Parts: sequence; structure tokens; C-alpha cells
Amino acid sequence: MSNQEKGFPISHIVGFLLSITFTVVALLVALKTDLPKTTIMFVIGGLAVLQAGLQLIMFMHLNEGKDNYSKIIHTVYAIFMAVVIVIGSIWVVTAGHSIH
Amino acid sequence: MDIKWDQLLVSGDPLILGSQIAIVLTMVGVVAALSYFKKWKWLWNGWLTSVDHKRIGIMYIIMGVLMFFRGGVDGLMMKAQTAVPENTFLDAQHYNEVFTTHGVIMILFMAMPMLIGIMNIVIPLQIGARDVAFPQLNLLSFWLTFAGAMLFNVSFVIGGSPDAGWTSYFPLAGKEFTPGVGNNYYMIALQIAGIGTLMTGINFIVTILKMRTKGMTLMRMPMFTWTSLITSLIIVIAFPIFTVTLLLGMMDRLYGTHFFTVSGGGLDMLWSNLFWLWGHPEVYIVILPAFGIYSEIIATFTKKRLFGYGSMVISIVLISALSMLVWVHHFYTMGVGPAVNTVFSITTMMISIPTGVKMFNWLFTMRKGRIEFTAPMMWALAFIPTFLIGGVTGVMLAMAAADFQYHNTLFLVAHFHYTLIPGVVYAVFAALYYWWPKVFGFKLSEKIGKWHFWLFNIGFNLTFFPMFFLGLQGAVRRSYTYSEESGFQPLFLLSGVGALILAAGFAALCYNIYWSIRHAERTTANDPWGNARTLEWATATPVPHYNFATLPEVDSLDAYWEMKKNNKGFTLDKNQIKPIHMPGNSGLPAIMGGIFLVFGFFLVFEWHLLAAIVGIGIIAGLIMRSFESNDGYHVPVDEIVKHERTWRGESKWKAK
Amino acid sequence: MEGKINTSAPIEYQSEQSKLNILGFWVFLAAEIILFATLFSVFGVLKDRTAGGPAGSEIFEIKDVIIQTLLLLTSSFTAGIVIFEMRRGNRRGLIIWLVITLLFGLGFLSMEINEFMHYYHEGATMQTSAFLSSLFVLLGTHGAHVTLGTGWAILIIIQLLTKGINPTTAGKMHIWSLYWHFLDVIWIFIFTFVYLAGVL
Ligand code: HEM
Ligand SMILES: [Cu+2]
Repeated sequence: MSNQEKGFPISHIVGFLLSITFTVVALLVALKTDLPKTTIMFVIGGLAVLQAGLQLIMFMHLNEGKDNYSKIIHTVYAIFMAVVIVIGSIWVVTAGHSIH
Repeated sequence: MDIKWDQLLVSGDPLILGSQIAIVLTMVGVVAALSYFKKWKWLWNGWLTSVDHKRIGIMYIIMGVLMFFRGGVDGLMMKAQTAVPENTFLDAQHYNEVFTTHGVIMILFMAMPMLIGIMNIVIPLQIGARDVAFPQLNLLSFWLTFAGAMLFNVSFVIGGSPDAGWTSYFPLAGKEFTPGVGNNYYMIALQIAGIGTLMTGINFIVTILKMRTKGMTLMRMPMFTWTSLITSLIIVIAFPIFTVTLLLGMMDRLYGTHFFTVSGGGLDMLWSNLFWLWGHPEVYIVILPAFGIYSEIIATFTKKRLFGYGSMVISIVLISALSMLVWVHHFYTMGVGPAVNTVFSITTMMISIPTGVKMFNWLFTMRKGRIEFTAPMMWALAFIPTFLIGGVTGVMLAMAAADFQYHNTLFLVAHFHYTLIPGVVYAVFAALYYWWPKVFGFKLSEKIGKWHFWLFNIGFNLTFFPMFFLGLQGAVRRSYTYSEESGFQPLFLLSGVGALILAAGFAALCYNIYWSIRHAERTTANDPWGNARTLEWATATPVPHYNFATLPEVDSLDAYWEMKKNNKGFTLDKNQIKPIHMPGNSGLPAIMGGIFLVFGFFLVFEWHLLAAIVGIGIIAGLIMRSFESNDGYHVPVDEIVKHERTWRGESKWKAK
Repeated sequence: MEGKINTSAPIEYQSEQSKLNILGFWVFLAAEIILFATLFSVFGVLKDRTAGGPAGSEIFEIKDVIIQTLLLLTSSFTAGIVIFEMRRGNRRGLIIWLVITLLFGLGFLSMEINEFMHYYHEGATMQTSAFLSSLFVLLGTHGAHVTLGTGWAILIIIQLLTKGINPTTAGKMHIWSLYWHFLDVIWIFIFTFVYLAGVL
């Protein structure tokens, strides 16, 4: 921690401005462009992931502290499993002829 | 809110009436005995509010044994019903209820509490700590598990038991097809217990990562600690899925939503998908600690270091990752399509690789070792061939195309009993025999232990081996009877006889505990087996409530073995002893458990007003917890000195 | 477990128990990630199963959603300032920023309640279709978390007023801020995959 306790919360303000920017860009891409739907989904999905990473690192200080490894490994593992659950479930449930 | 008083108590069945009377009599008896011997205070202060991890562990195990009894009686009832064709001992509805409660109780209220109880007792000692990271939370976990178990058990006398299988598949489990309260019990009782388990997982991850004694790096942790860490990791990843699944199931039943219904766009297969997303990892949650237990016992009684420690660690990590990627093998036949089936077939078969690695490691550990055939070791030895049968039939089931033949037959039932019984029950027995002297200061009788061992093993194989063949001949699972012409009669009868022998084996265990409490030789030796390798054996027997007078330092694997070899770390210097800080007891967890039980009960019957009133109690409890500042207490030096001096004897006591 | 004080680290890391609590909470957040992932997977499966009821594009009021998003984003930022002030040892600043954060949170909640009422009046209830069931439960779970976070913050304010900033209260504050940021992250995904994807 580079003692940022004194003075100005500069990293927070940068983080805030970035998050607003990401949101506005996502909005513009989604509502004001005529790109194909899948392209839009990839762009705004990517922006959401960027924004989540930003919150994790700039606000939640994921990599702060002495034993940050266990924190990071565990969180990354959970995120990986979250992706497996979402994509896996949707694939499994909609792939076969069972869907009606 | 309309209370249907006449439907509240299950009536009309002599079996259930008998149990109701028995339950009331037992409760009256327990209350009377506690009052007569003036033991209420002892019970409350010494046990129910104790945050001592060893006591919490013992309470978990008592609960597990009671639930094993309940689940076992269910199992026997099913075996009695199917022993002869067209039997009328249980009717179809009753049989449905019995296999449902049997499955749920065995897995969630027998296997889980037993293993978590053993983890509670052993883990802090093995890593050289004085308690878990969050002692109060640990107690709350116990009470929530207990409340869930009690709520689930109440179902069979008040309102009716769940009857849609332990998997509780929709749409059968939905309100349209099972309008009674039985499946409400399932959704709500398991929810309460599940929250407790989730908190245990968090607690043990932090405990193992942060509370290890000086010098114990990750790769110097005993194997049981490793498997417990990975188990906790799977708990934290898998149980939230179950939380959501049960929540949605409850919403469908209580509030008319359409997640899994056949109308309104709901999708019944979504339940199967979510259930097994949790359910498969769950079976690894119960099996991994067992692998750790066997590793400790095999190393101890062959007097050799565990073969391939590193490969063992890698394989449990691989198993834990793969365990989250195989869930579809439980519903290949539901029409998920060939692509999905193929992928999950392959991932499932991949699990057998790390499992095989572990098998060979155990065998190589024993190779050229001088094996001592003690009771714990015998269970470990019996585990290997029986679990192998379970594993090999598992690979058969893993092939999606072949599974269409085995699916939903008794072949499957035999398979999973061949994994769960050696993988959980044998391990629990082995662990009980192994750690019993550490906890209570006397060994269980080896002689009665042999009876227990042989009866249980013969009974088990006789019960379940015939079921493979029954399944291949086409006997379906969950069917309450079969016809004379089917020709199933001889094997079913054989299997029924086996179950009786199995029950005799369990009775032998109970008798062993009773006999040993009364007659077994008492010991205060810290290492009663003589060959132990890990830190829990370095301190007094029975373990003092502060665990270690001074925290041990570790510089290799098998820390206690090294201490013995180099003869160091045994003498204690009075000047090293400082007052020890210990966490204080707390009554709040027990009270919260009670509140959750009542809350759950009201929700089951959809008495929302009452539930809301009790819900305020839950919030009040959380607020109290936030303001509580329980700083614990210090064990004075005098007390430690006195105790350490007695068990170490003067030679190992340096008084300056 | 005793109050070993290590003054070089930020105040919330100065007691052993607070350190354990913070790591424990990260592990808990992993569980929360899975919990919401499961809800998202359910929504993903059921989102087109409207069973004759309204689809998302027919009922979403995207303007309101944008305001909700801005409220929550800003409150996540001010929650960051709360920790910043705490580490400076400025109790007054801490409490002021915390109250501001909660006001944004309450603003968000009241809009969410409004949104639910609006759906109700359009005849879109939890019982209408699988799509709406999953929508209400996903939004409701998030909203319930925000409500819980608000109540929790009030408890911490009381403790800060009576006990001041010490390693224990600071640890609680830190954990609370993790929770609050986390809820913002979840909202970003709801905003993207429920609302924006729904009106495309
Ligand atoms: C103690 C001796 C045991 C006996 C005699 C026994 C017997 C049975 C029988 C007869 C069935 C039902 C077969 C059918 O579908 O008709 C069954 C199902 C089941 N058993 Fe056991 N069992 C025993 C121990 C266990 C243990 C230790 C576990 C788990 C740790 C277990 C877990 C299950 C499960 C999950 C089911 C499936 C329930 C369902 O179909 O929903 N059993 N058992
Ligand atoms: Cu499985």
C-alpha cells in the first residue's frame, strides 16, 4: 500500500470515472448503434467484465495485503466456476430435444 | 392462515403410531433423567454452548450416529419389504417416503455430520492450533445442521414425509403432483442445514490457510488436512448452488412461481441440472475426507511415510476440479443430446485417473511395510477392494450409451452403495477406532471390533452384491414390489438376509462403545498406538481444552514422527508457558438454531404470519451478534503447569 | 488471537481476528459469486419462456434503470471514500460519507420497489411466467442484499459512534465495504445481461 491515506483519493476518482465511462459506452453501443445483436452482446459483456475487474482491484483491493494469494486464487476459481455454471447450464438444458 | 388440525399429526398407520409413542416416551425420559441427576447446567454450559472444537465434533458425531440409526432402520424396512414378492408390509406411498428419507438422512444428516465432526476434532490438532478461525460460527454451524435434521425428522410424525426421492425431481415434487407438506419439509430443512454446512466450509478454509503452526507449510500438512481443505473448497463452491435450487423449489411450491412446473413456461429439467450441479460435488465432499482418513491410518500402521505425497495432493486437487464438471452423468437419459452426453462421459471417465493414482499410492505405501492389523487398519484394508468394485461399476455407468441400459435399475443402487459405504461409512468407522483413544483416553475393544468388522463386511457384500445382478436383470429402483413371475425372489431374499447381518454389525459397534466405556483400560499416553505420525498425538490424552501448552514447531512432513526420531520437543520448560487465550462460550448459536427450527416449521405449513414473527427473532439474533464483544478468557499458567506435569511425568519436565 | 498490534498496516489489518475475518469474508464472497451465477444461469435458461405473458422489452423502463445504475455506481464510489476516510482516522468524515452512501442505496431501493409496482400494474407478476419468476427472484435477491447491507451499515455506525475507529470496528467497516462493492458488481451484470440484453 503506497500510503494514499493522506491527501486526495485519486485512485477512487479515476475508478469512478472509468466505471461511468464503461456504462455510458455500453448504453450507447446497445441503444444507439445498428451492429448485429451478437456483436453488441460481446461488446457490452466485455465492458461488464472490465468494470467488474475494475471494482475488484480499484475499490475492493483484491491484491492488497500480505496473503493476497489465497484471496486471488480463491476468487479466480469461483469466477471460473461461475462461468462453468452459467454457460454449462444453458448449454446442457437447451442442447437436446428435451426443450419444448 | 387456516390450520388444518386434523391433518397435522400423521395417523392411521400402526408403525408410525408406535414411533410417535416411542418418541414422546423417549423425550419425557430424557427430560426426567436430566432433571433427576441435575445435569441441565452441565449440559448447557459444558456442551450446548461450548465453542471447544473437540466438543462440537463430538456433538456432530453423536448426531451422525443417531441419524445412521434412523437411516439404517429405513434401509432395513425397504429390505424387509422387498425380501418376498408382492409383500404388503409397506404400501407404495410408504415405500416412497422411506427411500426418500433414507437417502436424504444418510447423505446430509449422517455422512456430512460424521465427517465434519471428525474434521472438527482432528484438524486444529493436526495443524497445531488451539481452535478454528471462527469458534462461535462453528457452533452456529452445528446448531443449524442440527435444526435442519430435526425439522426433517419431524416430518414423519407431523404432516407427512417427503416422498419424491432424495433427488426430489420436479414436476413430481411440485405442488400439482404432491400437494402435501412433505416436500416443503425437504426444501426448508435442507436449506437450514445447508447454510450451516456452507459456514463450516468457510471456517475450515480460513482455519487451514491461516492458523497452521510455525513451520507447517502447505506441503507439510498431513493428508487429512489436505483433503479437508479441498473438501471445504468444494463446499463453498457447491453449496450456494443448492441454496438457490432449494429456494427456487420452495418458491414454486409456496408462492406459485414457474421455475420447474410443466405450465407457465417452467422447465422441469432445470431442476435436475441444478440439483446435480450441487449433487455430484456433494458426493466428493463426503468421499474426500475419507481418502484423508485412510491415508493417515495406512501410513501409521505400516510405519512408513505415505507413498507419493505430492502426487496425492495433485490428484485430490484434480478430483475437486473435475467433480464440478461431470454433473450431467446423472441424467444422460433425459434427452440432453449426443454432444452433451459425449462431453460429460469423457469428463466422468477422467475422474477415475486421479482416483486410481490414490489407490496405487496406498498400495505402494503398504508394500514391504510391516502391517499391523488393528481395527482401524482393517477397515482401511477392506475399503480398497470394495471401493474398487464401486469405482469399476462407476466407469461402466459413465459411458452414456451403456447407461441407457443400467439407468434407474438396482445396478445403480448397488454401485453407489459400493462407493458410499466403503467411502464414507468404513472411513468413519476407521476414524472412530483410530482417534477414539485420543479423545476419550481409552481404546475401543479390538475383540468386539473384529465382530463388528466381519459382520458388517459380510452383511454389506451380501446385501448389495446381489443387487448388481438384480439390476442387470431389469429390477428397477424405487419400486416397492415385484411379481412372483419376475424370478427376482431368490436374490432379493439373499439381499434381505445380508441386511440383517449388516444390522448385527452395527449393533456390535454400539455394544463395543458401551462395553469399552465400562471396561476398557484407561490410558494417558499421548501416543496410544505407538506409531502415530502427526501432531494431534504430540499432546496429552485426553486432549486438554487448550490443546497445546506451547505451540509446536514443525520442520518436515510427519512432524510428530520426526519429533520421536530426533527425540526433541518433548521436554517442556516452565518458563515457556504463558497464559493461553481461549474463546468464550456462547449461548446465541443454540438459541438461533431453535429459532430457525421454529421458523422453518411455520414456513413448511405456510403459516406466514407466525413465520414472520419468528423471523424477527432471527434478525434480533444477528443484531445481538454484531454488538457482542466476547473476548474469551485466559487459561492461567498454574493450571497448565499442573496438567502438563501430570501427563508428561517428571522426566520430561524441566522445572527451573 | 490476542490484540497483537501491528501499526504499519492499515488499521483494519492490525488485529489478528480482523485479518481472519477479512479473509473469511472473501471466501464468503466466492460463495456469493456462485449464488448469483446460479441465479443468472436460471435466468439465462428461462428468459424467453414468457408463456404468453409480457417479454422484457415490453415492460423494462430503460430510463429508470439507467438512473438506478448511476445511483449504485456512485454509492460504490462513496463507499470507497468511506474506507479512505477511515484509514485517515477521520471518524466524522467516515460517517458523513457512509450516510451519503446509504442515501444513494435507499434511492436505488425505492426505485426498485417502484419498478416492481409498475410491473405488477402491467399484470406482470412472479406467477405469470417462468421468465418473470426468474426475473423477480434475481432482482429480489439482489435487492434483499442491498437492504441487508443498509441495515448492517447502520449497526456499524452505532458502534463507530460509541467505540470509535479501532481495529475491530475498522475490520467490520472494511468487510462491509467489500460487500457493498460486490453488490455493485452484481448489478453491472444485471444491467448488462438482463436489461440491455432484454431491450436489444
Ligand atoms: C446401512 C445399510 C443400508 C441399507 C440396507 C440401504 C438400503 C437401501 C435401499 C434398499 C435403497 C432403495 C432401493 C430402491 O430404490 O428401491 C437405498 C437407497 C439409497 N441409499 Fe441406502 N442403504 C444403506 C446405507 C446407505 C448409506 C450409508 C448411504 C449414504 C451415505 C445410502 C444412500 C442411499 C441413497 C442416496 C439412496 C437413494 C434414495 C432414493 O432413491 O431417492 N444408503 N438404500
Ligand atoms: Cu455424479
